[in-house]
Amino acid sequence: MILEMNNIQKQFDELEVLEDISFGVDSGEVVSIIGPSGSGKSTLLRCATFLETIDGGEIIYMGEKAAWTDENGEAVYVGPQEMKKFRGYCGLVFQQFNLFPHYSILKNITDAPIQVQGVSRDEAESNAMDLLRKMGIEDKADSYPYQLSGGQQQRVAIARALAMKPEILFFDEPTSALDPELTGEVLKVIKQLADEKMTMVVVTHEMPFAKAVSDRVIFMDGGVIVEQGDPKDVFDNPQEERTKQFLSVFER
Amino acid sequence: MTFETMLSTMASGMLKTGLIFVLTLLGSLPLGMVVALLRKSRFAVVRGIISVYISIIRGTPLMLQLLVWYFGPFYLFGWNIGSWRFPAIIVAFVVNYAAYFAEIYRGGIESIPQGQYEAAQVLGYTKFQTFMKIILPQVVKIIMPSVTNEVITLVKDTSMAFTLAYAEVFSLAKQISASQSSFMPFLIAGVFYFVANYVVEFVMKRVEKSMDYYK
Repeated sequence: MILEMNNIQKQFDELEVLEDISFGVDSGEVVSIIGPSGSGKSTLLRCATFLETIDGGEIIYMGEKAAWTDENGEAVYVGPQEMKKFRGYCGLVFQQFNLFPHYSILKNITDAPIQVQGVSRDEAESNAMDLLRKMGIEDKADSYPYQLSGGQQQRVAIARALAMKPEILFFDEPTSALDPELTGEVLKVIKQLADEKMTMVVVTHEMPFAKAVSDRVIFMDGGVIVEQGDPKDVFDNPQEERTKQFLSVFER
Repeated sequence: MTFETMLSTMASGMLKTGLIFVLTLLGSLPLGMVVALLRKSRFAVVRGIISVYISIIRGTPLMLQLLVWYFGPFYLFGWNIGSWRFPAIIVAFVVNYAAYFAEIYRGGIESIPQGQYEAAQVLGYTKFQTFMKIILPQVVKIIMPSVTNEVITLVKDTSMAFTLAYAEVFSLAKQISASQSSFMPFLIAGVFYFVANYVVEFVMKRVEKSMDYYK
């Protein structure tokens, strides 16, 4: 198991966003998380990538606990030094790309490996160029983010996350901010990563994509996992009424 | 008094004006950043003190602040303020401008999208690296027009040192004009301020242009 999240609870003020969520991700597995907005999908990703702190449950990466609930029922995290290691295990691709506008495309990708991981400039740059080639945008290395289309920016964001060599890569609705004609180029790249057995968790509204690419689909609603399983089963033969309801919207 | 004598007499005032200008910027630009960051402190007491400080500075005339800084130590503690004149001017200007710069910085910092912090955090940057490498450079670009404005105002505000009878350009112009019954010193002073601000504008435009490579 790359990641295990057990009995995760998260509240915003009075609102319970995650109620007792448990799931795991195996090495090389691609998991899609689907569900209506407000179901807690993004919050789950943000908890997994330590952008949000959980209120209860445990987060385990590579068999090591990053967070757990103590005897007082409070969630505790490892210290800041150890946390660096856990942050290194996971990468996140945002809906809004969040590239650094004042850095060239190349520097967007090389800066964190150099500054955070202490990789040499030469190594970071040759690795970044390999990634850009893979994303089909090696000619953009010296451009700035504002000069790129949304689809190109998102591919840079994927390259930036991959440059840190994470064990698992999370995607938070990676195509939701893109024009329809640009989603294809981003999905193609994710598909390619799936074929290379990159471990990934993708929150998405692209149902055909989720069905085609993932090994497992999780349907979330109201802060709980309603149903999960093989994409064919969940999409073609959903067991729960809520799942049927949700999927029927997409069939029309 | 000939024009040349006036000019050379006033030249010493120009140097003093320049000195106030440079020392104020050297002090208030960094101090403003400290104030802006303290304003976002997690301690409510610190935030409270900073917000009272900013509102007093913005709510009272700089001229009054100059008088308070200069005469305050004498009236409050009975200190001898004989050699305190120039330091008092610099302290008053730095404390005043730091408050204004702090508000400009704060506006700039708050305009950076949360996603920039989150992207940096996920990539493992420390808080310090995030601020210095990701946030600050973008803030500097955003606030540059407002900073230019403030610097131009400072050039003109230096004339307030006249309140404490410090012999900068404006004080000298008034003195010489009175003693010589001539309007010329005011013209000289006006041209001096105008040219100084012309240089400020030119320099700041170059700085802004150097950051034009991204949007």
